[in-house]
Amino acid sequence: MRVWIVHLGLLAVLAAAFFVLPSYHATNFARIMVLAVFAMGYNIAFGYTGLLSLGHALFFAAGMYGAGLSGLPALPALVAGTLAGGLVAVAVGLLALRTAGVSYMIVTLMFAQAGYLALLYFGAVTGGDEGFVVASEARIILGFDLSTDAPRYTAALTLLGICLLACLVLVQSRFGRVLVAMRENAERSRMLGYNPYTVRLTAMAISGLYAGLAGAAYAVLFGYVGASFATIQYSILPMLYVLLGGAGTVLGPFFGALVMFYLTEAASSLTTAHLLVVGVALVGLVLFAPKGILGWLRAKGATWLP
Amino acid sequence: MPRLSFGPFLLLALLEGTVTAAVLALTAVGLSLVFGVMRVVNVAHGEFFMLGAVVAWFVTATIPGPAALVWVLALIAAPIIVGAVAVAADTLILRRLNHAPEATIVATIGLLYILQQAALTFFGPDARPVTAPFTWRIQLPWFGYSGYKLFIVVAAALILWGVWLLMTRSKAGLIMRATQVDRDTAQAFGINVNRVYTGTFALGAGLAAVAAVLVVPVQQAHYLMGGDPLLLSFIVVIIGGLGSLRGTLVAALVIGLGDGMISMFFSPTLAKIIATLLVAMVLVFRPQGLFGAKA
Repeated sequence: MRVWIVHLGLLAVLAAAFFVLPSYHATNFARIMVLAVFAMGYNIAFGYTGLLSLGHALFFAAGMYGAGLSGLPALPALVAGTLAGGLVAVAVGLLALRTAGVSYMIVTLMFAQAGYLALLYFGAVTGGDEGFVVASEARIILGFDLSTDAPRYTAALTLLGICLLACLVLVQSRFGRVLVAMRENAERSRMLGYNPYTVRLTAMAISGLYAGLAGAAYAVLFGYVGASFATIQYSILPMLYVLLGGAGTVLGPFFGALVMFYLTEAASSLTTAHLLVVGVALVGLVLFAPKGILGWLRAKGATWLP
Repeated sequence: MPRLSFGPFLLLALLEGTVTAAVLALTAVGLSLVFGVMRVVNVAHGEFFMLGAVVAWFVTATIPGPAALVWVLALIAAPIIVGAVAVAADTLILRRLNHAPEATIVATIGLLYILQQAALTFFGPDARPVTAPFTWRIQLPWFGYSGYKLFIVVAAALILWGVWLLMTRSKAGLIMRATQVDRDTAQAFGINVNRVYTGTFALGAGLAAVAAVLVVPVQQAHYLMGGDPLLLSFIVVIIGGLGSLRGTLVAALVIGLGDGMISMFFSPTLAKIIATLLVAMVLVFRPQGLFGAKA
């Protein structure tokens, strides 16, 4: 009960925030919510299942290009992007999950790098480095134009709401507990009759669906598709959000994205050193706060946080 | 340049490939040592390479004197300064993480961004040239070729020979190999494992810096130049077998030549796509590498 109040409460606060926030911050929040969906997907693989991937940019980009290149109207394009993300994640997972630990990180990194280079290589189709702008008729949902503030914010919030609640249901389900068991002790889970390979592959598929949906939403909401979203940087960002917010917590990815976004922005207004913020945050987190914000709250007594 | 017929063109591609391979071997051996001895995947390795090139630019640009002399100064200063940065990184960050594999990777990613930012702030966003210590040209019947590039190959080979001697014939090498085989037993025999780790990390970084000083007169220094050496070193170290010195050398030769060939006859992007996919497949199906001994 308490859990549902907190999560629905956050969504209500975000809905109310739109009426208070100036237009500039409303756009920022829409962006943060979409990135939070991406990070939530990353969290299902990393935080709950223990799969530290360095290749999630590939799934994000699959969703983005799936939506952008499909030429479909916004709603079917979102579905196409989501499926593209899930499919690519399964394809990568089939091979990458034969390895573990450091090898898994490098294999996912290499697949993502190959995907990024392929986007450049097939520049005639993908627009290469420059990318392309999504046609304005493909950015209309149910008659609302997503290039304007209110529909965009509403769409991002709806997306976040659906994904947040789906994640909550998932991690509290039987299968969610199997994921955690797999993270904690794969050998013991196997003895209990769960196949690590299929469990992890399912986790990657769900994670890829989230990342694909976020990528597709980014294309539809902000109107641009480009190869820069397939670079390693976009694999690091969700990891950073999850580490900061708290790995293995449902709300962590959102708060991680929120804090990191404004931290980077504050730093950019002071100096040009936004790379430094990312670097220092990564090092600081692994050294001093490996549990992240919500993990810390959980350790401080809020043990009921899912 | 007049169009070359196939034979000389192949020779040119071979020469360029050999230069790439030599520099790559130096960089990759550094990464391989760090992985072998410390079991640490150093994502910031390319940034140590970049720092080496940047130090070379600072030294050659600020110290007056004949080009050859200041370049030699750079060759001495770069590994020392970059090695010191590596020592600081290991003692302040990696040691506190007990060199745990996954946390270390995340930390070295952070280090990558920090070093890149430092270079951007103090060195600037422009690519800057470093004067070569000498400019002989060797005139072949079909084209002239830079004597300095051939010098790179010879110098890299000598340094690699030195590393091999260090690892196989010296007390320090013995201690490093002992730590690689069994960290706990080495510690039980009174080896200060922390010091071995710090030293290895500095040695690996220093090798990357030396490689950069060798190649920077033909390439220019830039704050983002670390990406390609990192990716290629990864490819080489994995295909050669993680932690295997001999495998790394063979793989550097194969990848350096292959990259040169495919880049010249097809496209550099295609060459990289093939190489990255090859790495992924090797890790999945043959984790001990193509040339490495069974782990």
